[in-house]
Amino acid sequence: MTINPDQVINFSRTHRLQWEEAQQKNVILYPEGMVELNESSAEILKLCDGTRNLAQIVSDLEQKFSTSGLTNDITAFLEVALQNGWINQN
Amino acid sequence: MAGLIKTKPTPPRWLLAELTYACPLQCPYCSNPIDYTKYQTELDTEDWKRVLTQARKMGAVQLGFSGGEPLTRKDLTELVKHARDLGYYSNLITSGYGLTEEKIIQLKEAGLDHIQVSIQASSQELNDHIAGTASFEHKKQVAHLVKKHGYPMVLCVVIHRENIHQMPEILAMAEELGADYLELANTQYYGWAHANRDLLLPTQAQFEKAEAIAQAFKETVTGKMKIYYVVPDFYEDRPKACMNGWGTTFLTVAPDGVALPCHSARELPGLDCPNVKDYSIEEIWNESKAFNFFRGDDWMKEPCRSCDEKNKDFGGCHCQAYLLTGDMYNADPVCSKSPDHGVIQQAIDSAAKSALSANEKPLLFRNSKNSKLLS
Repeated sequence: MTINPDQVINFSRTHRLQWEEAQQKNVILYPEGMVELNESSAEILKLCDGTRNLAQIVSDLEQKFSTSGLTNDITAFLEVALQNGWINQN
Repeated sequence: MAGLIKTKPTPPRWLLAELTYACPLQCPYCSNPIDYTKYQTELDTEDWKRVLTQARKMGAVQLGFSGGEPLTRKDLTELVKHARDLGYYSNLITSGYGLTEEKIIQLKEAGLDHIQVSIQASSQELNDHIAGTASFEHKKQVAHLVKKHGYPMVLCVVIHRENIHQMPEILAMAEELGADYLELANTQYYGWAHANRDLLLPTQAQFEKAEAIAQAFKETVTGKMKIYYVVPDFYEDRPKACMNGWGTTFLTVAPDGVALPCHSARELPGLDCPNVKDYSIEEIWNESKAFNFFRGDDWMKEPCRSCDEKNKDFGGCHCQAYLLTGDMYNADPVCSKSPDHGVIQQAIDSAAKSALSANEKPLLFRNSKNSKLLS
């Protein structure tokens, strides 16, 4: 499974992304399970809202953090997210 | 007290709310205590709301509504709503019995995240026999409705000698029903399953065949269905890491309000498990004797104490040590380093002998009559 660069990316409707005050981190919740996210992973996933494709997510994040060259890292993370079912492109 | 700890324990992440021991099914491997009929009182709605609020404040985020059959509680929707307002991820762990489309919609609107439906076998005859109730067709309908209303659906099938030969059909049924997750739970031998062990424990050859079939299937559904495989620990040589470490992650509250570090811990002697009617969740988690009992490793005897794997499995399961060796401080006898490891082979041999016997005794079903008889 790979990311289609032309299609927008959605966060899965059967998972929930949420800030956990007690843990001071974002987590993904799904049936009987939880994944703890680091800050950059959470920033990427928050932009998977069905309005942006890969290039738009990269450019938004590069702008937000005043940096460049994030394409490879973001693509690699999104492919892991896709394989885990956290995001989809349907 | 064993395992007195000096540092503050990690907060709970998981709350299992056993709302009731009432259940229309009679599964002979039920995880409820054999003497459940002794505990007739149930927490009221306000008690449960307080428990949910206090546990959430400490950091609990995964919440299981379980039982018995949680659908028998009239206030289930109200509790689901309260849980959603607090930010829990709520799991309904149900037999599906009595679940209507109207209720599925109502629970969704209240904020329920996920429904786990249990099916006892892949054929009506065997399902209805094991469940002790005609329920197969209804369960399949419920599974379809759960999917129709946008919930992730976990199908849970408890595996034992009566249904292990159906593994190919069980997998096909999960695919046909569109399960997002399939939990293949090899029976864990506590409570009712312990009482029925001679009739439920499969042979190693049966396990290996079923596991190979499940493994091959897993490859074909990658990306569509996830499979959780609960390992049959009688055929392992190291014990499971009980509850991810005692009092580190899991909190169970029984129907009458007794707080337990694991849902079987009621069987252990001398823990004096506290009741949520008398103490706050914070007091129970941090200060109670029961939750501190097996924290850390001060409680350990040999061979655990000097074992280089003690931080991996924490000595295994205390309930299993107690049930099979009579001493909950012993290493879980599943471990090949345990001096009592022979009891596992005895159990396996005894079950094999029973399977070959011409007049095998019948299964002991989980119901009030049998509970009173055995208490």
